[in-house]
Amino acid sequence: MGFRSPLGRAIGSGSARSGFEHWWGQRLSAAGLGLLGLWFVISIAGIGAADHATVAAWIGSMPHAILLILLVMTLLYHSNLGVNVVLEDYVHDGRALVLALGLVRFAHVAMAVAGIYSIVSLSLGARA
Amino acid sequence: MAQANRPLSPHLGIYRWQVSNTLSILHRMSGLFLTIGALVLTAWLVAAASGPAAYGMLAGLLKSPPGALLLFGWSLAFFYHLCNGIRHLAWDAGHGFTIPGSRATGWTAVIAAGVLTLLFWIVALTGNGG
Repeated sequence: MGFRSPLGRAIGSGSARSGFEHWWGQRLSAAGLGLLGLWFVISIAGIGAADHATVAAWIGSMPHAILLILLVMTLLYHSNLGVNVVLEDYVHDGRALVLALGLVRFAHVAMAVAGIYSIVSLSLGARA
Repeated sequence: MAQANRPLSPHLGIYRWQVSNTLSILHRMSGLFLTIGALVLTAWLVAAASGPAAYGMLAGLLKSPPGALLLFGWSLAFFYHLCNGIRHLAWDAGHGFTIPGSRATGWTAVIAAGVLTLLFWIVALTGNGG
């Protein structure tokens, strides 16, 4: 490849071979989010302003609960990948980058757990 | 040295703003904004599971003028990121690389996002919820 510097070629640095999963993961989750996101936005236009009992029952009822869990998982996976790219572009200090990537990962996992647990608890009727 | 032949990214200080790079940075900004929206979506689910008091508090915040403005922003960011994301997927599949073509799809994405956002709020505000 003409884009590699002679030094880079001599050291043997190149692809870390982790780009494939990121690239496909971002695009496949984008396709999934297109469908799940549209479903959610159309639904929320209808019930978004309703009272607590209506919304809680809607979240916990059968097709919605499963679709919402899929939405939360796909959305946070896609979001995590996207924020990673932004951090990799603008954070140039190696340690700060690793720290930021770790914190962003923690935040996304925490959001996923909180969201999915809430959906499941509404679905099982166990209201705290 | 081969260094001299390596491609350069645009020098932003002197780069002329045009449709292509404006929509590109807007895609990134809308994505980051939607990540904050994901936090609010999570808060919405947690509040609904926590009970009427917590849900009422969150709903009150989202219905206040700043909350409503943010919701409008998230709806616009969602539809823009969706429409422009379709352009990105088409590029990834190898389509739409001509300059007039990408300008046309870019403007299409912007207009479609605006129309879909408008439709969303018409349905949301005239529906049974009010």
